Amino acid sequence: MRPTPANLLRVLVPIKRCVDYAVKIRVNPSQTGIDTNVKHSMNPFDEIAVEEALRLRERHKDLIKSIKVLTIGPPKSQETLRTALAMGADEAIHVETPADAPHGEPLGIAKAIAAVIAREKDGVDIVIMGKQAIDGDEGQTGQMVAGLMGWGQATFASSVTVNEGGTLNVNTEIDGGAEEVKVRMPAVITTDLRLNTPRYASLPNIMKAKKKPLTKVTPEELGVDLKPILETIKVTEPPKRVGGGKVENVDELVAKLKEAGIV
Amino acid sequence: MIARRLLSRRVPSSALQTPIRRHFRVTAPALANFNKLNEQDLSHFASILPESSILSTVRPFQSTNDDLAPFNNDWMGKYHGKSQCVLKPRTTEEVSRILKWCWERRIPVVPQGGNTGLVGGSVPLNDEVIINLSNMSKVRSFDPVSGIIVCDAGCILENLSEYLAPHKYIMPIDLGAKGSCQIGGNVSTNAGGLRLLRYGSLHGTVLGLEVVLPDGSVMNELKTLRKDNTGYDLKQLFIGAEGTLGIITGVSILAAPAPASSQNLVLSLESYDKVAELFKFAKTHLSEILSAFEYWDRRAYDMVCKHTGRKALDESEVGNSQAFVLIETSGGSKEHDEAKVANLLELLYSAEEPLITSGTLSQSPSQFTSLWGYRELIPEAASKEGKTYKYDISVPATEFASVVDKVKKELAGKGLMQEGREGGWVRNVIGFGHVGDGNLHLNVIANAFSADIQAALEPYVFELVASYNGSISAEHGIGAMKTQHLHYSKGQVSIDMMRRIKALFDERGIMNPGKVVEGKAS
Repeated sequence: MRPTPANLLRVLVPIKRCVDYAVKIRVNPSQTGIDTNVKHSMNPFDEIAVEEALRLRERHKDLIKSIKVLTIGPPKSQETLRTALAMGADEAIHVETPADAPHGEPLGIAKAIAAVIAREKDGVDIVIMGKQAIDGDEGQTGQMVAGLMGWGQATFASSVTVNEGGTLNVNTEIDGGAEEVKVRMPAVITTDLRLNTPRYASLPNIMKAKKKPLTKVTPEELGVDLKPILETIKVTEPPKRVGGGKVENVDELVAKLKEAGIV
Repeated sequence: MIARRLLSRRVPSSALQTPIRRHFRVTAPALANFNKLNEQDLSHFASILPESSILSTVRPFQSTNDDLAPFNNDWMGKYHGKSQCVLKPRTTEEVSRILKWCWERRIPVVPQGGNTGLVGGSVPLNDEVIINLSNMSKVRSFDPVSGIIVCDAGCILENLSEYLAPHKYIMPIDLGAKGSCQIGGNVSTNAGGLRLLRYGSLHGTVLGLEVVLPDGSVMNELKTLRKDNTGYDLKQLFIGAEGTLGIITGVSILAAPAPASSQNLVLSLESYDKVAELFKFAKTHLSEILSAFEYWDRRAYDMVCKHTGRKALDESEVGNSQAFVLIETSGGSKEHDEAKVANLLELLYSAEEPLITSGTLSQSPSQFTSLWGYRELIPEAASKEGKTYKYDISVPATEFASVVDKVKKELAGKGLMQEGREGGWVRNVIGFGHVGDGNLHLNVIANAFSADIQAALEPYVFELVASYNGSISAEHGIGAMKTQHLHYSKGQVSIDMMRRIKALFDERGIMNPGKVVEGKAS
């Protein structure tokens, strides 16, 4: 049965520009954070979210009306939006923060996402985003969005199915195994590693991406305050591993253990 | 004893998973002139090196054959030595003292680096002593203004790249074996690799060498000068000599400034003739930022996709495409390079007759690395499919696909592609390589190494290459694999001169015997 336009789903994928996972991280000289003068790319879990949105559209033709990607970040974050558009998203929204602004925190970001959803004329049915960002590793934003919106949530998703009648079946990863959850839309899904393997953007899509709409908006226009409420006191590297020593035989090993007071 | 070794049909080794039959006729060293290793030799080595630097099955050392297996066997599992002693010196002086002794005692030796060579040059043919340079792995100096780095020969290539990265420099060579291969071995084999198109060959980027000659004398010409025209440029002899004229212990090499921006594209094309056209096109529109142009065929692509579990390109767009290309750009300015690439793509897509069927452009550093994987993982994927006969040849760039087709036809004609055939069968024939350098890697993947398959391939492949006036070894070298086939690519006068040079440096023939050149000078 062909769904009527009113039943078509609108998908929103919030994404984040992070330090690329292959980069060697170094703490900055003032020990307040890491050196960010390195290569950045889309948070890998968000890449999985974009991919899942695209696969939902491929699996359920005519069911998805639009896939919009959203980011809250400095001007350079625009590149990350273009990558998502190149993968196949339709439109992008950039909540632009100043280049030297401090990093966003989960609550502030969640409020911004909620404000964007509220502004969407046709509403949002599915928010799908990474379970955590690889720089902050907080893993809270998706859950906070659901809380602010009063929506259901299915986190750490390893598979997503859209049912007739406005619900989703989501397999979620939990300690000790998996849990299948049924959630009514609108809902928030956060993605886990096993959900899919993101595609490489195809050249025709890369070229089309330049022409896809990208709207800019400021946090002030959204009525959101992104000032941090947490203060980072110190950032240090883990202590360097001290070299071990080799022993010639078991007797020597026992002697060394005794010396160290372990035996 | 010796005859039995040459005729042995099973080489038991727990390091290998399947029993390998030795079907190769390799030229054995003139064993009558050499002395066998004995306990006295080992105690002399023990006076030069600490015990931890010696692995030997000769008393009083108690290593087993299994301990020596990783040094005695090559990466492909094709060549198997029977060395009873591996020495791992830590300094040039130790190398010199070892060689002095071996020269006097007439004990043959094999210099060894990362043991990633593909022509059996890095493992013994019999029981030559292996001199492995893994313990000589220090960077001696680096000048961030000139970019000249001086290091021990045992430095692993990838480690050198990591050393240079914070200084914003890169090594002028790059190859798939970078995690294991050592710079001494790279220089000894004049390794080509993926960056040759842009940075040139080691004959140009190596500025100086420290070499220990077969009699133990040390020739130290580790200059850090770009220009030094003072007599014959002897280092050029050692670059590519594959350890037959001396052991390289130190290298002075010119590193290149790291590009501020790197991108790569993986493209699919209907057939190989479009590849040559695309190469011309890329050279024109990317010009100075083009840093690599690699090709592989459909069978190689399918193999890597299977091996990694991930496809690079949209299947519906790729369709029946038979050729794949990776283009890499490196330059000083991100905006400039991206504009050039965008322009190239516009032209490709607006052309009346499209050159490409599908493609992707790296969107992040991680994608850049994983897209390179589609080319760099081909040898590894091949090794998972079976035993690989590798031919590394220089032929005109327009002939890559037709060479692979001819070889396939020849094998099929002899019934060797019949699955389940007694005496071995060929599973797959793939072609890939450096288009810009005219260097094709032809891989014939069989269920097992077999005499029938070898006989069908050699000398057929070499004769085919000679018919194009090509090279039977573009970059892998001669090693033990191609010593008798040198005449396909070098004239008699040259070969004779090579024998004389070998005799000049190594009169007693102890340095990597049986490799590269054979026979006496006339």
